[in-house]
Amino acid sequence: MLFLHFYCENKSFSRSRKYTNTGRSRCFLAMDTIHACFKEKIGEVLLPGDVFSFRLSESGDGSIKTEKIICGPGLRRNGEEVQVCKSGILRHKQPNMYWIDSQQRRYVPAKGESVIGIVTAKSGDIFKVDVGGSEQASLSYLAFEGATKRNRPNVQVGDLVYGQFTIANKDMEPELVCIDSCGRANGMGVFGADGLLFKVSLGLVRRLLAPQSEIIKDLEKIFPFELVVGMNGRVWVKAKTVQQTLIVTNLLETCENMTSQQRQTLFKRVAEGFL
Amino acid sequence: MQRGLDAELKKQLDEEEKRIISDEHWFLDLPELKAKENYIIEERSCVPCEDLVYGRMSFRGFNPEVEKLMLLMNTHKEEEEDEEEDDVSRMETDITDEEMARRYESLVESMRNKFAKKRNRSTVTKSEEDVNCNVVGDQPKKVFLKPQD
Repeated sequence: MLFLHFYCENKSFSRSRKYTNTGRSRCFLAMDTIHACFKEKIGEVLLPGDVFSFRLSESGDGSIKTEKIICGPGLRRNGEEVQVCKSGILRHKQPNMYWIDSQQRRYVPAKGESVIGIVTAKSGDIFKVDVGGSEQASLSYLAFEGATKRNRPNVQVGDLVYGQFTIANKDMEPELVCIDSCGRANGMGVFGADGLLFKVSLGLVRRLLAPQSEIIKDLEKIFPFELVVGMNGRVWVKAKTVQQTLIVTNLLETCENMTSQQRQTLFKRVAEGFL
Repeated sequence: MQRGLDAELKKQLDEEEKRIISDEHWFLDLPELKAKENYIIEERSCVPCEDLVYGRMSFRGFNPEVEKLMLLMNTHKEEEEDEEEDDVSRMETDITDEEMARRYESLVESMRNKFAKKRNRSTVTKSEEDVNCNVVGDQPKKVFLKPQD
């Protein structure tokens, strides 16, 4: 990751490509040119160091710039330009969101994401939670539903917690909470009396949590089970017997590297073998 | 005898103090910089990009509470998208509006009866139930007559 970071800072490499709107220097609508710049490259592989720059006319066109562009993960703003900082495919979502679809196993905490953490230490008023990032996150004991100074939550070292990040940037220690802004738990907190926790890549996590995930649809046909998926690549599974739990674990781990057809045949075989 | 300072003197002293204090303040001798309006927003998380669903899931009734949560959280997310189009938001009511109106009618009636004087109570009830206007309006109210000496 460090190498890639260095690469994108160094613009003198002849490799870094610049995408500009030279063909449309006289455009009246500024937003159209920006979207057009991106649209050419949607679905294509981009490398770190590629730059999207927009030469917008500054002559009193302030009223047009009311729409905003949202750069998702993998894209970074650098003054008036947008730089790519991860290698992957450019994706687009209406009306104005762009991001880079890439693969990685290492998790970087981001605000608002729900993750599974393991409590490693209890010190005073906070718990130290390992979320798989570069630093351990802190979780205050008041950040549970119904917790007060007298009524402390029942959290021990080694417990699994499902929480959200309130603070997660590269300058500060990440902070987790197990309640939402209204004070309700919404399923967050300590869980996992039984079951198995294992690690997968972040790409598989996104595929599992996609709105109409095929993997989930195929899996639920086999047998009933419970699943908690954390955005940090950790997945917890619980089924009726230990054997079923292990089967689901193995299926999820192998889903990583299979095409959908291979996956469906494998699942069918398992379902038949089980029944 | 005047003790203390005049109001004018006080004002002058205050102004001098303020001047001294503001002279001691340090400030940057730079031209006014305008903050540029940023129209590119950075978003670090991929959850809104790909519309990821809630992370806790349960299938085929393994954990009914989690299944309820799944419905709640996933429809909550869909409602947020729909509500952007609706401007009017009606609160969900347990009782319909008509029932409420009926309840209020009878409530007003019973309250009026309660605070009406005993003499008026019968006339009030009769006039309410009477639909064909057969009841004549009540006679002039009986007031206390002071005895004449």
